[in-house]
Amino acid sequence: MNLLSFARVELVILIPLASAALLALLPGYRLTARLNVAATFLTLLAALSLLFAPHPTPGPYLLVDDLNVVFIALNTFVGFTTSVFSASYVGHEIEIGRLTPTYLRFYHAMYQLLMCTMNVALVANNIGLMWVAIECATLTTILMVGIYRTHEALEAAWKYFILGSVGIALALFGTILVYVAAQPVIGEGLEAMVWTKLVTQAARFDPALLNVAFIFLLLGYGTKVGLAPLHAWLPDAHAEGPTPISAVLSGLLLNVALYAVLRFKMLMTANAAAAAPGPLMVTLGLASLIFGAFMLYRRRDIKRLFAYSSIEHMGIITFAFGMGGPLANFAGLLHMTMHSLTKSGIFFAVGNVAQAKGTQRIADIGGLTETHPWLGWSLVVGVVVIAGLPPLGVFMSEFLMVSSTFARAPLLAILLVLGLLIALGALFLRLNGLAFGEPRGNNHPVKASYVPQFAHLALVLAAGLYLPPPLVAWFQHVSRLLG
Amino acid sequence: MPNLAFDAAHLLAGGLVLVSFVLLYQDRLTSLLNVYALHALVLALAVAWQANIQDAPHLYVTAGLALGFKAILIPLALHRIIERLGIHREIEAVVGIGPTMLAGMALVALSMVVMLRVTAAAAPIAREDLAFALAVVLLGLLIMVTRRNAVSQVVGFMSLENGLILAAAGAKGMPLVVEISVAFSILIAFIVIGIFLFRIRERFDTVELAALDQFRGERR
Repeated sequence: MNLLSFARVELVILIPLASAALLALLPGYRLTARLNVAATFLTLLAALSLLFAPHPTPGPYLLVDDLNVVFIALNTFVGFTTSVFSASYVGHEIEIGRLTPTYLRFYHAMYQLLMCTMNVALVANNIGLMWVAIECATLTTILMVGIYRTHEALEAAWKYFILGSVGIALALFGTILVYVAAQPVIGEGLEAMVWTKLVTQAARFDPALLNVAFIFLLLGYGTKVGLAPLHAWLPDAHAEGPTPISAVLSGLLLNVALYAVLRFKMLMTANAAAAAPGPLMVTLGLASLIFGAFMLYRRRDIKRLFAYSSIEHMGIITFAFGMGGPLANFAGLLHMTMHSLTKSGIFFAVGNVAQAKGTQRIADIGGLTETHPWLGWSLVVGVVVIAGLPPLGVFMSEFLMVSSTFARAPLLAILLVLGLLIALGALFLRLNGLAFGEPRGNNHPVKASYVPQFAHLALVLAAGLYLPPPLVAWFQHVSRLLG
Repeated sequence: MPNLAFDAAHLLAGGLVLVSFVLLYQDRLTSLLNVYALHALVLALAVAWQANIQDAPHLYVTAGLALGFKAILIPLALHRIIERLGIHREIEAVVGIGPTMLAGMALVALSMVVMLRVTAAAAPIAREDLAFALAVVLLGLLIMVTRRNAVSQVVGFMSLENGLILAAAGAKGMPLVVEISVAFSILIAFIVIGIFLFRIRERFDTVELAALDQFRGERR
């Protein structure tokens, strides 16, 4: 008997669920913010124990395998650091009266509920359960985006609600089609929705039906990933909600939706007669990358700027997984991890900047490195990382992706590089105005904690210089699983 | 009597598509809500008939939910909301009725062509049901894009969800988990919408989405 025998997959769901109920009842923001941190820390511990414990046998509802363990660990880690950032962030929001204690109680409960539903989506072995979890995660984030109740916030939440629901409806139709395809082979009932059963039997499914199902699933969950023609909700939702939620949306929720797409992609690859899912994902990915890169130039709001950068990066990741093969998948997984860490780190910095300057308008923010050296320089480092300069983590994954694409499809690689360069130009153009030059705008001192953003940036810097061999081996193993 | 079973299922699913068309050209909110109630009623009948022919008693729960919740409760609540907001005026459709109906027909034809072709191997009842369900889903999307009023967009969304439930009921032996959860998510979605509508009224005294558009952060 050791500690690992306590590793239970249910814990990553039950801890946030219980905390959500508790936080909804407790008053006082200092206590609840601390409890929020404690709860996410416990969830992180539970998730880490899953990494080291042997995987339990998959049941009809829950599954832990090598693929989703990576996602769960990343999810709970960023969830934990964001809760630390959130604790100081909401303190400031309460002081300036943007949030009332009642709304804060609601905010914390929703935060835990979001963590819970995202974890359910990741450990679900049942495609119906996975759909329900992603739907609930969407609903909780809609409520949080609208929490400031300003005109802009309500419009953003409404747009998110309409587009998110349409996406989620398409995904449900795709899920039903997968069941209809599975039912003649596996038989009626629960079994025909269990992913581990589906993937072993997928070779015998009707390929035409699977094709149609995948299109619905890709478009449906792709809306939540923020892929190009379906992205319209994403910038508004990022810009108008509380910044910790922007960090969680960009760093985590987009990944969860992408994870769902990956699961169904594995189902498609298991059936030789079905159409290859790769080209569709490559097209959507490239479109998002290039569209996002161009849109970066015209942004006037700092949070929208980084929201478009998220569209661009989700495009890159989708492109990599669409290319497939061990190398591109490895690059995709690495890029996803790096993007989650960096982007949430940047959003922490941006949240502090917005509080220090009292605005999100890029025109009213300037000379940050002079007025707030720590904050300014960490924003500079974050943008340098996300733009993909060597020798940092994001550069490594982008380099792998470009080189593996050049070997297989040079034309696509040219488009990929073009998109990356356009984005790089836009980011530096904006960064120059934000961080250097004459200080502009208000200068309130920042009371927020820098620990989360430094922790994220340090991890990304370290990963760029040295990836531990066990981690590399693990990612390589997962890349082979993805096919 | 396999033929009667099939014909009745066909009739009810086709009826749902027909009511979707009726929804498409309603230009007053009150009548839109009444037709939506009819939509939910037809759905309840279709699901109940599926429960009967599939010998799947749990589907009666779904049918009951469609009847009690969606055909009665939600229309009543929405009627109260629009009364309180004082919006019994005409809905301005973005596209005219003629082009909208044509687009609707094209969507139905599309869903028939796609679904009947790819489901050749499935049971005939499931086949027809899926094709009709996709038609209802697409018509729901069409309603959502041709309306600018928040309440009618919500009605479009709910008719879309009805199509999904028809599909889930038609897929033989689909686990109850999914159906109940669909019903629940509609409930949650509705609460969300309710909150939103009230907040929107509080802030704008209108539910015209065009008014919301002015507040886009980027257009300042």
